[in-house]
Amino acid sequence: MSGQSAAKLRKQSAVPPPTERILSWGRYPKIAHQRVHKPAWNDQVPEIFNAAAPGALLPYGLGRSYGDSCLNAGRELIDCRRLNRILDFDASTGMIRCESGVSLSDIIDVFLPKGWFLPVTPGTRFVTVGGAIANDVHGKNHHCAGTFGAHVRQIGLHRSNDGLVICSSRENPDMLGATIGGLGLTGVIAWADIQLKPVAGPWIDAESIPFQSLNAFLDLSRESNDRFEYTVAWLDCFAGKNPRGIFFRGNHSPSHGAEFHPKRGPKLPFALPAWMLNRYSVKAFNTVYYKIHAASKGVAVVPYDSFFYPLDSIRQWNLLYGRQGFLQYQCVIPDTNLEAFEELLDRIARSGMGSFLGVLKQFGSAPAAGMLSFPRPGLTIALDFAMRGERTLRLMQSLDEIVQKSGGALYPAKDARMSSALFESSFPHWRSFVPYIDPKMSSSFWRRVTGAQ
Amino acid sequence: MMTITAHPTTTRPAYTPARAMKKIVILGATSGIALEVQRQLAHQGRELLLVARSPQRLAEIQADLAIRGARQVLTCSADLASIQQHAGIFEFVQRTFADFDTVLLAYGSMHDQKDSETSVDVLLEQLTVNFVSATAILTLFASDLERRRTGCLAAITSVAGDRGRRSNYVYGSAKGALSLFLQGLRSRLHPAGVRVITIKPGPVQTPMTDHLANSARFADPEQVARDIVHALERRSPDVLYTPKIWRYIMGAVQQIPENIFKRLSF
Repeated sequence: MSGQSAAKLRKQSAVPPPTERILSWGRYPKIAHQRVHKPAWNDQVPEIFNAAAPGALLPYGLGRSYGDSCLNAGRELIDCRRLNRILDFDASTGMIRCESGVSLSDIIDVFLPKGWFLPVTPGTRFVTVGGAIANDVHGKNHHCAGTFGAHVRQIGLHRSNDGLVICSSRENPDMLGATIGGLGLTGVIAWADIQLKPVAGPWIDAESIPFQSLNAFLDLSRESNDRFEYTVAWLDCFAGKNPRGIFFRGNHSPSHGAEFHPKRGPKLPFALPAWMLNRYSVKAFNTVYYKIHAASKGVAVVPYDSFFYPLDSIRQWNLLYGRQGFLQYQCVIPDTNLEAFEELLDRIARSGMGSFLGVLKQFGSAPAAGMLSFPRPGLTIALDFAMRGERTLRLMQSLDEIVQKSGGALYPAKDARMSSALFESSFPHWRSFVPYIDPKMSSSFWRRVTGAQ
Repeated sequence: MMTITAHPTTTRPAYTPARAMKKIVILGATSGIALEVQRQLAHQGRELLLVARSPQRLAEIQADLAIRGARQVLTCSADLASIQQHAGIFEFVQRTFADFDTVLLAYGSMHDQKDSETSVDVLLEQLTVNFVSATAILTLFASDLERRRTGCLAAITSVAGDRGRRSNYVYGSAKGALSLFLQGLRSRLHPAGVRVITIKPGPVQTPMTDHLANSARFADPEQVARDIVHALERRSPDVLYTPKIWRYIMGAVQQIPENIFKRLSF
């Protein structure tokens, strides 16, 4: 409601804003940004572009990327969380149009009661639609539904040089492919059309099965992938080449059941002291976790949130790893190269540095939705490592060698340290992505792995 | 990593408003706090009439609120800072939303205090938007509710209006004057059974306060909106501090003797 003259005056006397510190989910690296823009409306994005220097900007959502792909050290971020409106919904087809800052959690809250669910969901509901597209996230149904990007029909993309660009399979299909998995570098997503899928209700028919070797996991996975929409396994990575674990599989339950409202869980108030997580405490946790699940194996009807988002029940669980933060290691290794996978598990077990969050999944063979999409046929494993300085980085480098030799890849959304060489071998076509980068966009990750300025 | 247990079904407590609130007029619908209030009202299935300047932005929130459950969302594009437009706004409300029962005034303008000290234009703009235009439009709605002997008028002022401070006294004096106006209006409308709520938020994370130091530590607008919606549907309090701690902070601040207060630089 400000008058013209006053608005002008305010611009002239603009004080340089404070240095803002924003962390990614791993709380490593700890870097500062020069400025964080917080547009509340899409019509404000062009102004931000106009005032920015080349390579100055990067869109930011809920900060659930683990490493530096959502950071832009010493430069500026566009915090998209206020761009959180749902602009359209077709109740007959389940197609929604929403702004980039809408969270997947919000979509579930609004549309699950209407009988629609996310076509693909990662292991947390606290990511934005923009982040889900930019990292082309995957979930437990990758073997049958592909990635999140495969369900994005159309994107309205703010570009600094040519305004709002509509991207779909008919209009600018190349730009659509570049933006899906494009790490936020192609522009700021104004809105996206996403195809939801119909479900009967909030319940999942879930089953958990203990297994005691990698081959047993593979048998379970092969056997389940035709019959179950969702499959994933938890792995005790202290067990070495023949790891024990729990295989989880499930389908949307046709039972309508009672209405269900997720509880708001407890919150970790501060970073735990680093010594609390050590090889003994983690080993003990893993044993207890395995025993509990092995004892309660079988079929159950569970609410969707405990099936998809067990970690979301502890808010700020990332503080568990102490003040130094942690690194997540997620790689994919081709199915054809099981020895490499065993070697990887062996190396982790012998290091004694693994954590309790080992997640294993066999990707399907759906073609990638984006130019830089991570998922590809093979076995993917995700593990957390508390940041303990050099020795943590050295272990991860030794894992890199195995991944690179096997013809595998590392997931940029989880990475804070991979080498240019590994990025190159993980994404051999990355140079063909470069022309699609918006000239005003850059990120810490991109500069690190490509040497761009 | 999922725990497969029995069914931890929880149900939300049934919603029981203490006051009939069905049709709400929001003045300044694109302000940061209003956006959150509207979401919560939409979730409850209310009917809304939104007044703000930008037709484009109004269309965006209209779609959003309808999808989120609002029974009806009407919009009126007008500049509330311009008093000449008030009659038109009021006429539109009477024509399309005649039996509204609640009005929430949620717009405001905050400039850098230094600008108000050096420019009379900025000073007058602050007073006009935050006080003069607010009292003008509230008077139109007040008379209508008084005549109908029903409803509730609520306006967002600020804790900044509780004491004149060196760093923010122009905005503070306009909001403080608005609080006084509401106090008198409350007394006038009390016999007619019309409720008047003075909403005094502490600093909130909205576009209006992004430029201030420490804005990352300000209150979450969602929580503030929850307090406001809660107050709208109940019979008390007359003056709402949100977050609640500000009632005690301002209570203490008001006790500081002027002789000492004038030396404080906050």
